[in-house]
Amino acid sequence: MNPEMSQFHEAFFEEAFESLGAMEAALLQLDPGAPNAEAINSVFRVAHSIKGGSGMFGFTDVTSFTHTQETLLDELRTGRMPVTSGTVDLLLKSTDVLRGMLKATQHSTPIDQQSVADLQFDLEQLVAQRASQPAGGIGTPALAAVAPTRTVVAPPPGKRWQIEFKPYPSLLVRGNDPMRMFAELAELGDVERQVDTRALPPLVELDPECCYLVWTFTLTTELQIDAIRSVFDWAQGDCDLSIVEQASAAPDPLLVEPVMAPPPAPAQAPATATATAAERKPAPVSRSDQAPEPAAKVTSPDSNSIRVGIEKIDELMNTVGEMVITQSMLMQFAHGSEPLRMDLLRNGLVQLERNVRELQESVMRVRMLPISFAFSRFPRLVRDLAQRLDKKIELRMTGEQTELDKTVLEKIGDPLVHLVRNSIDHGIEAPEVRLAAGKPATGTVFLNAFHRGGAIVIEVGDDGAGLKLERILSKARAKGLVGANDVLTDAEVADLIFLPGFTTHDQPTDLSGRGVGMDVVRRNVKDLGGTIDLRTETGSGSRFIITLPLTLAIVDGQTVGVGDEIYIVPLLAIIESLQMKSGMVSRLVGRGEVFSFRGDYIPLLRLRQVFGVPSPPRELTQGIVMVVEGDDGKVGLVVDELLGQQQVVIKSLESNYRRVNGVSGATILGAGSVALILDIPGLVRVAAEQIAA
Amino acid sequence: MNTAARTKTDDTPAGARQVLTFCLGPETYGVDILRVQEIRGWAPVTRIPHTPVQVLGVLNLRGSIVPIIDLRVQFKLDKAEFTPLTVIVVLSVKTPAGKREFGLVVDSVSDVVDIEAIDLKETPSLGSKVNGNFIQGLATVADRMLILLDVDELIRHDLQQVESAALASAA
Repeated sequence: MNPEMSQFHEAFFEEAFESLGAMEAALLQLDPGAPNAEAINSVFRVAHSIKGGSGMFGFTDVTSFTHTQETLLDELRTGRMPVTSGTVDLLLKSTDVLRGMLKATQHSTPIDQQSVADLQFDLEQLVAQRASQPAGGIGTPALAAVAPTRTVVAPPPGKRWQIEFKPYPSLLVRGNDPMRMFAELAELGDVERQVDTRALPPLVELDPECCYLVWTFTLTTELQIDAIRSVFDWAQGDCDLSIVEQASAAPDPLLVEPVMAPPPAPAQAPATATATAAERKPAPVSRSDQAPEPAAKVTSPDSNSIRVGIEKIDELMNTVGEMVITQSMLMQFAHGSEPLRMDLLRNGLVQLERNVRELQESVMRVRMLPISFAFSRFPRLVRDLAQRLDKKIELRMTGEQTELDKTVLEKIGDPLVHLVRNSIDHGIEAPEVRLAAGKPATGTVFLNAFHRGGAIVIEVGDDGAGLKLERILSKARAKGLVGANDVLTDAEVADLIFLPGFTTHDQPTDLSGRGVGMDVVRRNVKDLGGTIDLRTETGSGSRFIITLPLTLAIVDGQTVGVGDEIYIVPLLAIIESLQMKSGMVSRLVGRGEVFSFRGDYIPLLRLRQVFGVPSPPRELTQGIVMVVEGDDGKVGLVVDELLGQQQVVIKSLESNYRRVNGVSGATILGAGSVALILDIPGLVRVAAEQIAA
Repeated sequence: MNTAARTKTDDTPAGARQVLTFCLGPETYGVDILRVQEIRGWAPVTRIPHTPVQVLGVLNLRGSIVPIIDLRVQFKLDKAEFTPLTVIVVLSVKTPAGKREFGLVVDSVSDVVDIEAIDLKETPSLGSKVNGNFIQGLATVADRMLILLDVDELIRHDLQQVESAALASAA
């Protein structure tokens, strides 16, 4: 395979997988009672695109499978076959199989032929059943034009017209666009097309403004000849046109040759190619599969996005980050110099600052994706699980367009799946139980996403039974996690489920209950710099609230000074900062220092000691204590002074060195020097070890 | 050049290579010039807590954070004052985890010399302050002994020390 071809393969697979996602989403929207024509159409289009692309690359297995799929879809599309939940199930299953086939093809591994054959058989059965019933509708679209093999298509009912369209060479010069006419023709009925390329001269002699091709169409339509003729009105005098009615309903099947038409004329090619690319068709040539279909209607909903390599964006972000640094360096210089001449410079710098920040924000936005990318898998998941558990569940999602960083998005997917699965398995009760409790039989699982401050909040919840707090508590007592006489608040009890290995299920199902999970969810969220909270009410449901930073590349930080050193504390971790007063601090033997904060005693960490800052110790009353959120509650962090708040670009210490305990990364300050960003939970662990030592 | 040296250096690749030489106390050291990313003057570094003494801290090198190692401390020489002559040699190092950048603080850089593989002499097992593993060999340049450092080995040792320091602090 030559490299160019493999590049196209790559694009084909990438698009095919994306389209499959869209197909699945559209299928899930299909309501068996009242099928949405647009949804069926979009499913059909995906199957069709994949078929076209795979045919072009010679992935015959995929082509043949999508063809079967398409035949069924066409029956649904024309309304000749009702949409039943069985059909939807079958089609959903077929997307899975198709995904498997594509994956296998992509990695050149053998395809699971058995499951493909089984499903293909099921699909064919379904269509065959329909075929045995009397035909209801009119018209069948040309299905087979793209198949690389000779394909047999049943003759569609209705009048058949043979149209021969022989443009004069001057057709294009006079501003006629054959593609547009064909699109119009396709709206009249179902079209099969053949192209005569015999008049096409060798490339060297080819005049790009000349039309060399002759088209022959077979149109099946109920309309009269006038309607067909009107399509070619504009080309009158520029072509020879003959429209002949064919003997209707030929009893023998029609053999259709695969047609791989070259563009109508080279002059057309660039424009058409752009159009097709924008529609995410596999490649320009795929137009030949159903050229008459109006191209503009095949636009998939996300076609207004571009694919950018992530390393390019990272590079861009790096550059912008440095620009910010340069700018603040200049700013400091301007502050220090004589006022008169410097005024101009300062004005310029203020402007530069604004520009740079805007640039930085827009670059950041490039990395941002709507959370619907993570949400999109849930309709299917909920549907499947509900079916399996015999529960009635409605999924409600809001804020799908809320944007967050791609890296965060990728890492939050699995935790969300876990939470949703838990909600379905543990949360929502069986319909009888719900009715008995005076609730509607259909339970609701909801996913909300919204922005709050500099963070994104994702809520996963249900209106199910809520956590059985007594049961959790008794389990925890049985496992010795909680002392027999300890009194816990409801929130503390609920928090127990985040402990590793904790489960209330006596019989783990294959969905959940093995006791791994919530701790992993919490760890994943923590790794992303976020928090997870749980609100639960027995009998009326529970709700997990995940708060995540919008991006991992930039953090809002508080700059603090200790001795001569400068550190950054993530703003999200800070609860409040206060001046130390004498008498607030007490020593606990073997436990370090504590201080009283709003009626509680919280541990005190002196950053100077924890990090061994080489500077003379200070009186506590001269310092500032920042109350920060650690892993196990609040901690007071003593620093010398608060210097300011700023957004900092996170740089990795590990890329050249290694992970340092208590430090999550580094950043570059205005003057070009490096400051470490504190990792509060890590810092607490370091301090705990020091006290223990 | 004697025949004994020739047989002893059979395992080192033949041919000339260029070596950047620098001074550290009374000794002259050399590193493969192909590993040198840049040479820059001394600038204050940001200290990293809980690291071995020879790791002075980190420096911003065009947007990436580079750890700086004081070779004097590592080689257990007397600590020298940082002067305008003090330089940081930034090296590209191969580690098991991939390519890294490290800076070495040295007294001053002197020269770039060509060394024939054949001129390299094996390190005697005694009499060196440096763990012999770091040393690729010895050469004589302008009547002075040149100690050729294996930077990969040097940094590997440092990183290991960091690991064990971290383990010790975690324990």
